[in-house]
Amino acid sequence: MSGTEQPSATRDLVSIKNLSKSFPLTKGFLEQLHFQGGRLVRKRESVKAINGVNLDVKRGEALCVVGESGCGKSTVARVVMGLLQPTAGSIEYDGQRIDNLPPDRLLPVRRKMQMIFQNPYASLNPRMTVQQTLEEPMRFHNPGIGNGELRDKVRTVMDSVGVDPSWTERFPHEFSGGQRQRISIARALMVDPEFIVADEPISALDVSIQAQVLNLMMDAMEQRSLTYLFITHDLSVVEHFGNRVAVMYLGALCELAETRTLFESPRHPYTRALISAIPKLTRERPSHIKLTGEVPTPINLPSGCFFHNRCVYANDRCKVEKPPLLQTDNGSQVACHGIEEGRID
Amino acid sequence: MIRYWQLFKESAFLYRFRRDKVAIASFSVLMLLVSLSFLAPLIAPFDPYDPAGIDIMDSDIPPSWQEEGDPRFSLGTDAQGRDMLSTMLYGTRISITIGLFAVLLQLFLGIALGLAAGYFGGRIDSFLMRLADIQLSFSTLMVAIVVLAIFQASFGTELYNDLAIFMLILVIGIAEWPQYARTVRASVLAEKKKEYVDAVRVIGLGSGRIMFRHILPNTLSPILVISTVQVANAIMSEAALSFLGLGMPVNKPSLGSLINSGFEYILSGSWWITTFPALVLILLVLVINLLGDWLRDVLNPKLYKD
Repeated sequence: MSGTEQPSATRDLVSIKNLSKSFPLTKGFLEQLHFQGGRLVRKRESVKAINGVNLDVKRGEALCVVGESGCGKSTVARVVMGLLQPTAGSIEYDGQRIDNLPPDRLLPVRRKMQMIFQNPYASLNPRMTVQQTLEEPMRFHNPGIGNGELRDKVRTVMDSVGVDPSWTERFPHEFSGGQRQRISIARALMVDPEFIVADEPISALDVSIQAQVLNLMMDAMEQRSLTYLFITHDLSVVEHFGNRVAVMYLGALCELAETRTLFESPRHPYTRALISAIPKLTRERPSHIKLTGEVPTPINLPSGCFFHNRCVYANDRCKVEKPPLLQTDNGSQVACHGIEEGRID
Repeated sequence: MIRYWQLFKESAFLYRFRRDKVAIASFSVLMLLVSLSFLAPLIAPFDPYDPAGIDIMDSDIPPSWQEEGDPRFSLGTDAQGRDMLSTMLYGTRISITIGLFAVLLQLFLGIALGLAAGYFGGRIDSFLMRLADIQLSFSTLMVAIVVLAIFQASFGTELYNDLAIFMLILVIGIAEWPQYARTVRASVLAEKKKEYVDAVRVIGLGSGRIMFRHILPNTLSPILVISTVQVANAIMSEAALSFLGLGMPVNKPSLGSLINSGFEYILSGSWWITTFPALVLILLVLVINLLGDWLRDVLNPKLYKD
């Protein structure tokens, strides 16, 4: 650890530093060979899912990460949780670098961070009862725990997520989607974590259930002073849930701002297009910003600013130079040459 | 325990079993054959393993309903004077034992290697699956014939006769593990992508625990289905080997060696020595296969979920 250690209360709980992750496209050796200028060269391609993301999660906040499908938000969640190894960059938890720790030294950190998954139909083991599913993390992290204590703990947690504790001997297929997601949340809460990564926890649920589960997560946050990294593609959820929002495009951050600031005055051209796409119940004709073209493939990333080929404000500088994330006057951080130069207000 | 019994009683599995006449009939016949053969020492009228109880003068007696039949030997006797009914009961016991243990060995090898290949992937996967391909490219019988013949030639028939049952289990077990390994690997590949596996990895569980406690139980249905078919296959392989003279010795005959020993006399009119064991073998393999088919239909996820 470095000498400039901050007191833990003000230190960021999780900091993601210059994180990159690429997935090699596995091809046979023969398929990797190409003729180029009369010579045989071996070309290996990869999907660049995250490209240099810097993100700090402050203690006690709910940081939402939004972006369209394939922009790398779930990959960020998985790398932070250690399910994937980063290609470059580092993850720090409470000042300690965790992405290169061996499994045994990672254990004390693991019990402080938990994850809630997207699909409640796949995230519970179909052959295990709720009791077994909930017991497992507790038993693993507290090897000496007694059966009675464990049972009490399961009951308390089941109660707190609003599932009848007398249903513990049932199997996941006996529950509805919303109930399963509650059980999934209960599993994450079993070890009393301080940091929870939620990877689109409500996108697989019925709209009427989404609000309940969101409220449950907010209550848990208040009661247990949790910190969330909340991955979603649903901007209307972000508006009600997070303290801060990070907008991702093609594996890089475009904008990072307080939730209210972002919704009131989005700065980055991509964020503006996103916000304008939220359906509204108003009389006036909605003024959608229509983006042209498609999201470029993450196999061959565009040069310069990743957004330049769809951006109406793009100039020559945007095509060659990648914009850094810079602080602006209203407190939000934006990665855009246009904002930096004052071309865009 | 009571709860699991209750669950079983209410399960769709039992419901569908009770509605399927073929399944009920196959299951009853199988249970009858298994219990008769394993109770052989109690119910068989003679002990075919006891040389003192065999009289060479009783040889080649036809079944009791025929003219020259002897009421002591209801299904007749073989060329050595052994009672066919007793010998068949003992023989069925040996056949079923070899089938079951050979499949257990296949299960053990196949699950261990298939899980490792599917879960770790990469080079381990390529290596194990190429090994399986090589193994599958030799037919079971060919491997078995070579191994058993070499064993007999190098260690003598005496020792072989003592160890025949273990050798058969070993050879049939090892020759067929790729069937399991491939099935298990395929299911593991599908299961390990599911989020519940990520959820336990987030907890920090080691790969061994994840493989055996979480992934393996979810791959059991295909394993169960191929197990039934594999038991039938193993019994068939054993019978084929015994028929070729490489299986069970004549003094401890399995169904296959009984068929073989009677084959020499079939043209001289002693049809019963070959026919009765052959009928039992066909019946045994048939009901196991029918049960396997039924099981495959019941456990098919397209027809029935969870």
